[in-house]
Amino acid sequence: MMKHGRLHPLVMIALVAAVTLFGRVLPTWTLSLATIAASNALIALGIVVLARTGNVSFGQGLFFAAGGYGVALIANAWGITDAVAQMIIGAVCGGLLGLAIGPLISRYSGIFFGMLTLALSMVLYGALVKSTALGGSDGFNVGRPSLFGMIFTDPREADFMLYAVSVITTGLAGIAATILFRSELGLASLAVRENNLRVEYLGISSNRVVTINFIIAAIFAGASGAFALMAQRHIDPQFAYWTTSGEFVFVAVLAGYQSVAAVFVASMALELVRSFSNLYLPNTWQLVLGVFLLGVILFLPRGIGSLWIRNKHKDNRSDPAAAAAITAKKEAAL
Amino acid sequence: MNPVLSVRGLEKRFGAVVAADALSIDIAAGQKVSLIGANGAGKTTFVNMVTGYLKPDSGSIALDGMDIGRRSPRNVARLGISRSFQIPQLFIQLTAAENLAVAVSGIRPQALSFHLPAEAQGRRDKAIELLERFGLADLADRPISELAGGVRKLVDIAMALVRRPKLLLLDEPTSGVSAEEKFATMDRVIHAVAPDAATIVFVEHDMEIVSRYADRVVAFYQGRVLADGDPHDVLKDAEVRRYVTGGAQ
Repeated sequence: MMKHGRLHPLVMIALVAAVTLFGRVLPTWTLSLATIAASNALIALGIVVLARTGNVSFGQGLFFAAGGYGVALIANAWGITDAVAQMIIGAVCGGLLGLAIGPLISRYSGIFFGMLTLALSMVLYGALVKSTALGGSDGFNVGRPSLFGMIFTDPREADFMLYAVSVITTGLAGIAATILFRSELGLASLAVRENNLRVEYLGISSNRVVTINFIIAAIFAGASGAFALMAQRHIDPQFAYWTTSGEFVFVAVLAGYQSVAAVFVASMALELVRSFSNLYLPNTWQLVLGVFLLGVILFLPRGIGSLWIRNKHKDNRSDPAAAAAITAKKEAAL
Repeated sequence: MNPVLSVRGLEKRFGAVVAADALSIDIAAGQKVSLIGANGAGKTTFVNMVTGYLKPDSGSIALDGMDIGRRSPRNVARLGISRSFQIPQLFIQLTAAENLAVAVSGIRPQALSFHLPAEAQGRRDKAIELLERFGLADLADRPISELAGGVRKLVDIAMALVRRPKLLLLDEPTSGVSAEEKFATMDRVIHAVAPDAATIVFVEHDMEIVSRYADRVVAFYQGRVLADGDPHDVLKDAEVRRYVTGGAQ
């Protein structure tokens, strides 16, 4: 069931099903919160996937908006209201944009990579604000989503449907990410982060590794944009704005890169902190969020995930004397 | 016999510094060639050009008759030249076995898998087998950050061996290793690489190592080949003694 502290994918599927059914007993206001948290977790998961190559995107709003606008335009033009279809359309729109940009942007790293992604998202923001055909800065509305031909007139049922689709999608993305992290590509991603030149000397294209992770992150962001659209039934250029992107990076920093589950916990924690601080400290809720992030960085520098994901070499590390003795023995034997 | 590596008229300048001055060297299959020279003589520049990290200003580099002078390190590695580094270039947060697993992933002709576990049994077996050759199997699951410098050197060389290269370039394999351990280290390296790398070129400053392990020595001085031949003859050469070894043997 559990190997090296990692859950088997079947157990993870069962957990996703349990969390989905748990939505039946959640209060309505929590359902909306959880839907947004799951949607944000999906895009933050993409940032974590990308961060494993050592690159952070400060402009995931680009793909978030591409997914949202893509879905909104297609939904309005062709009358597609199905939530699953809209999610797939959003993922495809984000992925196609990632495919176009990824090979170019993977040539850069570090701060240049981050600033380029930010710049591209702001270019899209500027274009959307000026585009009267897309509603300019006001954006435009879309209809209520359906599911497999079922139309939900009861608001609670509509909220639960969206909650269920977003939790299942994000959960499946999390399982896929877990498999990816353990795969050849996942290990090569960590290697690229540590020493991309050595990766090249081993015959592996570090640019290709970054590009593939970038496209995966873009797909997740596009699907997340579709969920945000379905939840709000409205889209505007704010989807591509830098503060929106910053929020997703915020979740990724909170989560750390070690655990997929941490992304969901971090996203939910952020939404709860934001909601309660907004409720009880309406004028200083940003300050509370800042202190919260500061606390996580200071006390959990490797993110919330480090609370339960101990490094798998912990057993060895817990006994540095033994480690040093083995190494010294090797040195002496040479 | 056709040479494995054939370098003709190689030139490389960094401003006023001449790092390679009309270098022409042929290396036959099966040779163990040592490159010697003072700091700045051009040995590492030569290795960097052969492995594609630096592009020569002029001249040609051929591997088994194929021009590789303008290829990237990735392409050169795929064609059969591997290298280790003076300062080991490893993934220090990963374990020794994971470092080897990344190298093993690189030898598959297909793209990296999204779903096949990086340490699937076959790959891990290959990684452990290589570590065993260097006597490091029981350190397989230790992160590189916990390993001593000498052990890191061996892991670095093991990673270069994964591709079973036609030509293996070792940049100062015993640097940082104590005087008492250097022969044992080199014995282990030569023994471990023997099954996979028929041809070895190693940069070395220690003349005892050179005379014991090389069957040919190329002495560099200011980007030129000062002497090339049998270790006994080269190390006795008056110019080599004057400009390279300082009289040491």
